[in-house]
Amino acid sequence: MTNTNFLIIGGGPAGLMAALSSSEFGLDPLIIDENQTIGGQLIKQTHMFFGSKAERAGTRGFEIGMELEQEIGKRNIKIERQASAVGYYPDGTLAVLQNEKVTPLKPKAVLVATGASENFVSFPGSDLPGVYGAGAVQTLMNVYGIKPGRSVLMVGSGNIGLIVSYQLMQAGVQVKAIIEGLPKIGGYLVHASKIARAGVPILTRHTILKALGGDQVSGAVISKIDDKWQTIEGTQQTLEVDTICLAVGLSPLTEILWQAGCQMNYIPELGGQVAWHDDLMMTTMPGIFTAGDVTGIEEASTAMLEGELAGLGAVKFLKGDSKALQSRINDTACRLAALRAGPFGQKAREGKCKLAECRR
Amino acid sequence: MRIGKHPILDFKKGTKIEFFFEGQPVEGFLGEPIAAALHAAGIKVLRHSVKLDRPRGFFCAVGKCSSCLMEVDGVPNVFSCITPIRPGMQVRRQKGRGRIAVN
Repeated sequence: MTNTNFLIIGGGPAGLMAALSSSEFGLDPLIIDENQTIGGQLIKQTHMFFGSKAERAGTRGFEIGMELEQEIGKRNIKIERQASAVGYYPDGTLAVLQNEKVTPLKPKAVLVATGASENFVSFPGSDLPGVYGAGAVQTLMNVYGIKPGRSVLMVGSGNIGLIVSYQLMQAGVQVKAIIEGLPKIGGYLVHASKIARAGVPILTRHTILKALGGDQVSGAVISKIDDKWQTIEGTQQTLEVDTICLAVGLSPLTEILWQAGCQMNYIPELGGQVAWHDDLMMTTMPGIFTAGDVTGIEEASTAMLEGELAGLGAVKFLKGDSKALQSRINDTACRLAALRAGPFGQKAREGKCKLAECRR
Repeated sequence: MRIGKHPILDFKKGTKIEFFFEGQPVEGFLGEPIAAALHAAGIKVLRHSVKLDRPRGFFCAVGKCSSCLMEVDGVPNVFSCITPIRPGMQVRRQKGRGRIAVN
């Protein structure tokens, strides 16, 4: 592994776009990724993206991942796979673990694009094999072609819960029900309608009470809840399922940002603790950038534009400003604002505004 | 438990190989993580928890939550959800914090 001026941690949508935009302006970045494949979570997304043509709407997520990988290949951008950033030291050294060997790297600029991890909810039996993150099930099905089980209860009706439910049906797995604690479906109605038309009940104001089973899930007990989130007696029902999918949100994977001493703020709209960043995605630590889900849970399309901006930010930081660079930055920033402009971007907009005001 | 026909995806499998789970041969395809190959073979319990000896499977499948830690070729605490299978690999359920094999 060779040293680099610009190290990108995470080869998902944000990291790959940062590699492309920074190499356009003459940087020679190095991408490291923990997985065997690059593309991050794009590799398991079989649904078509929304938005405008410029943001690759109408293309399926995994195809976007393949397109990006090809572009990266064409430009000879270096990638180290199955390589983890395991520590950031006060002198700016990043320890990278690969093949049981640690390599210290000392880049002048770093992009932390580590993504997010799925949230968990606790209930009796929630630790049993058969209780899986919805994203984990999506990986198992769509990347490896393996069914998680025969019948599923989906917990959570946000877009991930809805999309994965539909994909479970495509894979030939029965979805018994989708439950949602809130009084209304969380995700896009276009996804919910498709599932409802297929006859899967989406039960709002419902919660899971427990998972049944000895050494793996054999069922789930669910119940209606009132507006104070208390279970309503007499509404309990038992579903015969061997899989319980949790689609209850994601949390940013911020360890490296904490270690680097970046200012962190708790912003619920963004999914938890995130690093403060400026308009070019630079944190409070000069030269340390952040982009994608690690700086606020959104979608792959916004992650890609944040990554693109961070790459351009790294160019500005390492090589200084130029007219061409500035016009490219303006263009990307406009496209990002446009993507967040609709009603579905409201939460992210509010979160990012809150974060911007947190600078100490 | 493998998907036969899929409306969108065409699964390109790697070469079929054999590895070992608790000493018994299991088949999988090159490129598959240990936990995925075991799941396809109907094996969901990957370890037993430290305090209460509870069965655990994978949860996040991205190498973050530590639910899937297994002993692989004598090395404990391997993320079986992101570690690819290799021919002849010896995979065992981890008990508690696991053991380090001493030669």
